[in-house]
Amino acid sequence: MSLMNNLSTSMISSSSSTFLAPTSFNSRTQSVSVPLKSINIVKCVATPQEQQNAYKTKVSRNANIAKLQAGYLFPEVARRRAAHLLKYPNAQVISLGIGDTTEPIPDVITSAMAKRSHALSTLEGYSGYGAEQGEKALRAALASTFYRNLGIEDDDIFVSDGAKCDISRLQVVFGSNVTMAVQDPSYPAYVDSSVIMGQTGQFQKDVEKYGNIEYMRCTPENGFFPDLSKVARTDIIFFCSPNNPTGAAATREQLTRLVKFAKDNGSIIVYDSAYAMYMSDDNPRSIFEIPGAKEVAIETASFSKYAGFTGVRLGWTVIPKQLLFSDGFPVAKDFNRIVCTCFNGASNIAQAGGLACLSSEGLEAMQEVIGFYKENTKIIVETFNSLGFKVYGGKNAPYVWVHFPGRSSWDVFSEILEKTHIVTTPGSGFGPGGEGFIRVSAFGHRENVLEACRRFKQLYN
Amino acid sequence: MYYSQFLSRVCMPHAVLLQPKESWNSSKSNDEIIVGHCTKVPRNSNLEKLRSGYLFPEISRHESEHLQKNPDASLIRLGIGDTTQPIPDTITLAMAEQVRGLSTIQGYRGYGAEQGNMALRKAIAGKFYQDMGIKANEIFVSDGAQCDISRLQMLLGSNVTVAVQDPSFPAYIDSSVVVGQAGELEEETGKYGNIIYMNCGPENDFFPDLSTIPRTDIIFLCSPNNPTGHAASWQQLKQLVEFAEANGSIIVHDSAYAAYIRDGSPRSIFAIPGAKEVAIEISSFSKFAGFTGVRLGWTVVPEELLYSNGFPVIKDFNRIVCTCFNGASNIAQAGGLACLSTDGYHDLCKVIDYYMENAKILVDGFTSLGWKVYGGKNAPYIWVHFPGMSSWNVFAEILKKTNIVTVPGRGFGPAGEEYIRVSAFGQRQNILEAIRRLNSFL
Repeated sequence: MSLMNNLSTSMISSSSSTFLAPTSFNSRTQSVSVPLKSINIVKCVATPQEQQNAYKTKVSRNANIAKLQAGYLFPEVARRRAAHLLKYPNAQVISLGIGDTTEPIPDVITSAMAKRSHALSTLEGYSGYGAEQGEKALRAALASTFYRNLGIEDDDIFVSDGAKCDISRLQVVFGSNVTMAVQDPSYPAYVDSSVIMGQTGQFQKDVEKYGNIEYMRCTPENGFFPDLSKVARTDIIFFCSPNNPTGAAATREQLTRLVKFAKDNGSIIVYDSAYAMYMSDDNPRSIFEIPGAKEVAIETASFSKYAGFTGVRLGWTVIPKQLLFSDGFPVAKDFNRIVCTCFNGASNIAQAGGLACLSSEGLEAMQEVIGFYKENTKIIVETFNSLGFKVYGGKNAPYVWVHFPGRSSWDVFSEILEKTHIVTTPGSGFGPGGEGFIRVSAFGHRENVLEACRRFKQLYN
Repeated sequence: MYYSQFLSRVCMPHAVLLQPKESWNSSKSNDEIIVGHCTKVPRNSNLEKLRSGYLFPEISRHESEHLQKNPDASLIRLGIGDTTQPIPDTITLAMAEQVRGLSTIQGYRGYGAEQGNMALRKAIAGKFYQDMGIKANEIFVSDGAQCDISRLQMLLGSNVTVAVQDPSFPAYIDSSVVVGQAGELEEETGKYGNIIYMNCGPENDFFPDLSTIPRTDIIFLCSPNNPTGHAASWQQLKQLVEFAEANGSIIVHDSAYAAYIRDGSPRSIFAIPGAKEVAIEISSFSKFAGFTGVRLGWTVVPEELLYSNGFPVIKDFNRIVCTCFNGASNIAQAGGLACLSTDGYHDLCKVIDYYMENAKILVDGFTSLGWKVYGGKNAPYIWVHFPGMSSWNVFAEILKKTNIVTVPGRGFGPAGEEYIRVSAFGQRQNILEAIRRLNSFL
């Protein structure tokens, strides 16, 4: 008897948890248009008799995880893609949903990783456990490449297997007794990790928000920067710029206000700069460009979208020495303890690749790939503009945020998928502030992006 | 370690903020005061309960200090269990091939499934869980057991009670403290109030006397054991499974050293009937394949494992994996697949034999010096008894007098006092040299 046998695991090549429906095992979850708002009850597909006889431990389920309303957003999107492919096995599905890089990694980077791999088979080149904080050379290269003249030192940098993992490790550092604020809409890992950690209350279905989280609405009307005068104090403020999903890049003036807000409130900003290299405008790439930020901010970043390392797994987090808890204890010290206890370092091969990324040749090569995706973004923006849509983002990030006023974003998602075989991401997956929007990601082979735009034109003309 | 020294801080009210010092560095002395802005964010009280750094960075720190004082010392590292032998070619070739593929259109891979590549999951199921009814979709590939332990703790949350062996791999206790399960540290016993410590010593064949253990939700058991080296017998594991069944508990079975078993003891908890309803198993390529730096492991969560309300544990673990993790490196996974090929596995067994030959030399060496030695037969660790002596003192003496790094047993729990763990990873000549030095010293 398999609890999972009604879902196919073979269809997905990208990020997915296809064997799990959002919160229900019944067959209705195969339908693409099941709205996320509906309440589903967990049912085993076991027959009642078997279920009654199934042995249960006496361990209580973690009530925090039970608060989560559905699967993590991107596996959900993948599941619907899979279901669509089952329905239309010959469809030429184009994925502009999950922000997954598609272009090959430049040779200069992979040859360094190949070299490191081979070296592991030699006595001189073999290395075992690395420093949990990352290899010294890489930390130094990160400091000098991204934080030159910002007063960030090598040992303020912690190399990781990616920003998503770092977000959770930061939550473990903070614990359950802190309050947090997020942008609305925002990358779902901030809210979901907060729920898991026990920082939040229950999900409130009427407003589609978790209790105890401060949602900072970001809309076209406020230039996608929250009106801080309306934001209650929280301990932690998650801020992503350039923003996933809206593509908005905060200005120096806005970030200065944010830093002041954090300073006045004694808050800590967790600044997600994963898309900084996509910036076209002259906006700050690092929060540490703002004076005073070192006393109020942590910055997290990633090689995923710069180097196509989404599968290779490499990122970093910066915690300045000046960042202190209320009792004066340095945050970096606790983060270091977590890194040493709950982690064991990023893969040495990935780190060798990271170092190559930061050589002058590597940086040039990454800029080229980023430029390619930015050109994709431009094409998508132009397409939606020409169709009369209000389009946001796309200039400083590989995401285009398209407004469908008055419509449910999951409905639009489903309609686009059904009618054009294009996967996007429904805005409400990023929070209630995303309702009425669709995120179109610009990663893809050029011909697929062009074909997708042709199909959009057909659908919306 | 940079932050092993505590610095006292003064937080000034905002009205009198002074310029923060720009050049803060770790060499400042203990009593230096730093003046600057303190946030109003309270420190996580769970982390305050950790009394010192994690054990192995502490060992590194002692090593560095010793080297600073004795720059010409020829250090032999039998402390941190770090593999030393090169990874067999078959495996690194596979990783290099995967890497080169990433530079091509056909070979490029972005995000993988967070649970791991299906081919690898199937290979793990086939190699290690044949005939145990464990399916590929019950296997979650990770970047190592240490990370999985913490993800499991996040899964379980702060409201569960845990039992650990005493002594045990420190990550179980430390992660339990971090997540808020452990209660306060009792200074006299050195034990956390809410954790049940299951004593493991020569008197009970290094397996807990379950008749004396109260019920906890979770039971961590490592076999073959780090640090004692004991591999639980079929009978012992059966008792454990029955104990868990009777108590409605979940066993977290750490099988990271299963490949080192020589005497036919079970290599997986799932060899025991009924285990699928009461156990999770974690494992690793680290000691099996020399992947300590490459980072690859896996966790098995059977579909049959249910919470008290009938909800499948696997479903929540999957949610954690999808939310707090983004999959192991695809390069490491390609290596993992090669490890499980016939050639790869065969080559790795030779490396394991090499380490176990080291272990034999160490066992014989200590035994011939008159010390009671445990382990070393089914695990790359030797557990040496120094009755009546403080293990940190013995550690320090050995380091000072012979330049050999070991690990004091106390680091693994109160019952580790009087013991030293010696790890068998290392170049053969270093192992032999270590025995020579110990002969003259001990």
